[in-house]
Amino acid sequence: MPHDLAMHTKVQPDPQRLALQVSELGKRVSLPSGALTILDGVGFSISHGDTVAIVGASGSGKSTLLSLMAGLDTPSSGSVLLDGEPLSALDEDGRARVRGEKVGFVFQSFQLLPSLTALENVMLPLELRGDADVETPARAILAKVGLGERLGHYPRQLSGGEQQRVALARAFVTRPAVLFADEPTGNLDTRTGQAIVELLFSLNAETGTTLVLVTHDEHLAARCGRRLRLDGGRLVTGERQAS
Amino acid sequence: MAWRQLRRDFAAGELRILLGALVLAVLAVTAIGFVTDRAERALALEANRLLGGDAVVLGDTPLDGVVREAARAPGLRSTETQEMPSMIRVGDADDERLKFGELRALGEGFPLRGRFRVVDTVDGPERDAPGVPERGTVWLSRAGADALDAKLGDMIAIGESQLRLSALVVQEPDAAIDYFNIAPRVFLNLADLPATGLVQEGSRLRYRLVVAGEPDAVEGFIRTAREGLARGQRLETVKDARPEMRSALDRADRFLSLAALVSVVLAAVAVAMAARRHSARHLSSTAVMRCLGASQRTLVATHGGELLLLGLIASTIGVVLAFFMQWLVGNWLSGALKMNIPAAGWVPAVQGYGVGLVVLLTFGAPPILALRRVPALRVLRRDLDRTEPSSWLVGLAGVAGLAALLWWKAGSAKLGATMLLGIIATLGVLAALAWGLISVVRRLRSRLRGSLRYGLANVSRRAATSVAQVTALGLGLMALLLLTFVRTDLLDRWQVALAKEAPNRFIVNVQEDQQEPMRAFMAERGLPAPDLFPMVRGRLVAHNGEPVKAAPAEGEPRSEEERRGQRRRDREYNLSSAATLREDNRVTAGTFWGQQRPEKPELSVEEGFASSMGWKLGDRVAFDIAGQRLEATVTSLRKVEWESFRPNFIVLVSPGALAGYAASYITAMHVPPERTRFTSELVARFPNLSVVDVDALLKQARSTADQVSTVVEVVFYFSLLAGLLVLMAAVNASQDERLLEGGVMRVLGGSRRQLRLAQASEFAAIGLLSGLTAAAAASLLAGVIATQVFGLPWQADWRLVGVGGGLGVLAAVSAGMFATRRVLDAPPSVTLREVQG
Ligand SMILES: Nc1ncnc2c1ncn2[C@@H]1O[C@H](COP(=O)(O)OP(=O)(O)O)[C@@H](O)[C@H]1O
Ligand SMILES: [Mg+2]
Repeated sequence: MPHDLAMHTKVQPDPQRLALQVSELGKRVSLPSGALTILDGVGFSISHGDTVAIVGASGSGKSTLLSLMAGLDTPSSGSVLLDGEPLSALDEDGRARVRGEKVGFVFQSFQLLPSLTALENVMLPLELRGDADVETPARAILAKVGLGERLGHYPRQLSGGEQQRVALARAFVTRPAVLFADEPTGNLDTRTGQAIVELLFSLNAETGTTLVLVTHDEHLAARCGRRLRLDGGRLVTGERQAS
Repeated sequence: MAWRQLRRDFAAGELRILLGALVLAVLAVTAIGFVTDRAERALALEANRLLGGDAVVLGDTPLDGVVREAARAPGLRSTETQEMPSMIRVGDADDERLKFGELRALGEGFPLRGRFRVVDTVDGPERDAPGVPERGTVWLSRAGADALDAKLGDMIAIGESQLRLSALVVQEPDAAIDYFNIAPRVFLNLADLPATGLVQEGSRLRYRLVVAGEPDAVEGFIRTAREGLARGQRLETVKDARPEMRSALDRADRFLSLAALVSVVLAAVAVAMAARRHSARHLSSTAVMRCLGASQRTLVATHGGELLLLGLIASTIGVVLAFFMQWLVGNWLSGALKMNIPAAGWVPAVQGYGVGLVVLLTFGAPPILALRRVPALRVLRRDLDRTEPSSWLVGLAGVAGLAALLWWKAGSAKLGATMLLGIIATLGVLAALAWGLISVVRRLRSRLRGSLRYGLANVSRRAATSVAQVTALGLGLMALLLLTFVRTDLLDRWQVALAKEAPNRFIVNVQEDQQEPMRAFMAERGLPAPDLFPMVRGRLVAHNGEPVKAAPAEGEPRSEEERRGQRRRDREYNLSSAATLREDNRVTAGTFWGQQRPEKPELSVEEGFASSMGWKLGDRVAFDIAGQRLEATVTSLRKVEWESFRPNFIVLVSPGALAGYAASYITAMHVPPERTRFTSELVARFPNLSVVDVDALLKQARSTADQVSTVVEVVFYFSLLAGLLVLMAAVNASQDERLLEGGVMRVLGGSRRQLRLAQASEFAAIGLLSGLTAAAAASLLAGVIATQVFGLPWQADWRLVGVGGGLGVLAAVSAGMFATRRVLDAPPSVTLREVQG
């Protein structure tokens, strides 16, 4: 039986709802050297199917914003609605459930589990949410990212680019409503990075996932439908650009 | 540079875990060191009360010169006693009772330690005696008063003096059990001795100089006295005087050494794990420094210096904390035992520093040396393979460091060597089993699902870490279990030996034809039938055909051992005969004749005695028994547990060989304390019998054993607690990878339950493996140590292995879960940020 990824979609995005609604978001941390405001009064919304690039100087708060949107961190003020779910109202386990159902995340440093093979890494999010058949979709998507022959390999046996492909497969295999990527090409050389970008967008086109990514890479930012610029923890522009 | 690095790392919170583990390790070693040191010295002090002082010099001539001089040192008190055999007379001419007895003249102040327990009538209530007998009065041993039918107020004739009986002695502070010596004992004031006219040229007087004081002063006295001993003088220790106490004290000492060793093993484990983590976390910064042009030498100096500084700081904190802790424990213990515990010495503090630095450098240095080889590229690519410090180097350095520490701490080569071999073997087995488990899990995992698969996959995939964790946990558990097993054996032993039903009367001089009437007498009173042992006195005359001389041909025997041998050669021996051995006798060489009656006479000899006499299996030994010669071959050696408080014979002769000689019989039995009339009834029925009451001695032995047990228990629980904390620190120091992976699983939507299950399965596998191995190793090692070092019989109890496995799981799961609990409640971004640093 040929596998159509759409068949495994569990959560169909509700077109009535916004994919993300961020309002008055602030993040402050207290350090021995004093209080530090990382994000301050950030607000915007993202519709389903949008592709958004978050850009800004290093240290401007991009990663922090992404973590807050994905529910990996808790804000000091303001709120995030992810596909209609108010993240701040949930406890850590509630957020984990939302992440498992609706979010995919790609890290700059891949964050594959070194103790699992490529296939097992991709199966993991499906296993965690209790799917009955976890192997078929995992194999299918690994084939799609070009690693059909490397299923049994461990992360350390893979190159950086290959690891990031596994990470992409892991992020997409659950058909997330929103996919977040934090400098997905930051640890890769230009050519490998480009290949990853192509793959990211082709998977995205196929699944219609909302894509939010942080990048320094102009080339990558340019391919997104929208660009959010952060400066010192504040949103400077949220212009829509022609793609 | 090193200092700056240390400050930076500290500010960054990098050093918390290593510092924590190190402080805890030093704290454990030092506190246990302090407590065991104080306990050991307290026990020695306490045990010496059984000598009436802290040190005693015995002599055949007045104790003058060096020894007397040394006793006047500041911090010491001293007194003396003189003893001699004498006739004791009670009553007037019509009704005179006479017995040959032992006279003991007590100097003012005696005893310096302990006290006399006296009564006013044979079955009256006991009380402490005030000092020594007043001038003009005497005390009599209770059995002596019984035998002489003397009452308080009676006049006792000693030589030319008439002295008034003013108390009956139940217990002497320094009495040894000598159940063959049943003569009445009379005690008088030393100042009254000259008036008796008994001290003359040629009288057989024994002098005893008794010294007590501050521990340091006493130790000084012992040193000086030992060098200045004149002919016919010797130092007496509690171990010579009271063989039944010796093994209890020796074993307690060895147990304390064992506890100290265990603390070193645990400390090594914790510090090794923390150092491993420390170096892993320094990889990136090292790479940066390499990029910035730091030379290898700078790197080593920086990191090595940092480690050294860290070791000094952590050791200081640990030692200071340990000092407070032992102070609390010491105060409590001295209150609980009602005994004087000497102040802490400085040795444990030095040892604490030593252990902290040696362990840290042994386990910390190899990874640091490996840091030199970190490629600069690591700064660019975090994912680059970790440069694992070559594990054999760590292993080798670790074992060498541990060996040195164990040797230093053990105090006994046998204990040190046994522990070391045990540890190496355990490590080998642990590592082999860990690899085995890893390959089994590898095969199994495709059948598992979800959390379980993830958890178990970790065990097999993180092979190096898993092996390290299994060995660390296993070794730690092994050390703790070992301590537990040995402690149980030890306490059980004392309990059995000094049980309520232990024999408290020795009955001596039962004649051949009195055996049956004796049994009937006991049966009438509902007492169990006594075991009667035949006893024949014989003098040693030849060994392997060579005549044994009463005194060596030339000069004095030099060593204490030779002197002891000399005394033994001069003595008459109590030979006995038996067809079977009681359980307090164990054959250690040769074969015991058993039920078959050998054709020619054979001997079974106590092994310590045989070695002091130079007797070996197959030697022929001849005794003179009432003018007849008995020659027999040594066919077995035995180990005897003297503390069993039962008649034991150094030389046993095969059944039948003593048939022609006149034997008397001896037995030991338990008489319930409420049977106060037993002795008088027995003696009334069999007037020739001597009944020796060892109740008082038993009570003394029991109270010492109780104190020793309490000390062992306190040190044990203290070590156990410290050990568990140290193990927690070790597990805690190896959780970075798990925290990181837990964070990632959280990102992917893993729930609390799923994470917990994954982690629990991994910890359980590690715990089960290390627990089982640890328990098996500890059982075996406990067996070796029990039989070889403690001289205890031992039996394998494999149920303990199951218990150990369970404990391992419990320890690993609870420590692991505790160490990884952060990942559950913290947002994943916090976890990832923290762990990646
Ligand atoms: N938990 C935290 N504790 C301390 N400082 C933090 C924390 N999270 C972020 N920061 C700081 O906030 C700033 C923004 O961080 P980040 O969002 O990672 O920036 P970007 O991804 O844009 O480079 C940085 O200076 C970073 O060091
Ligand atoms: Mg960032």
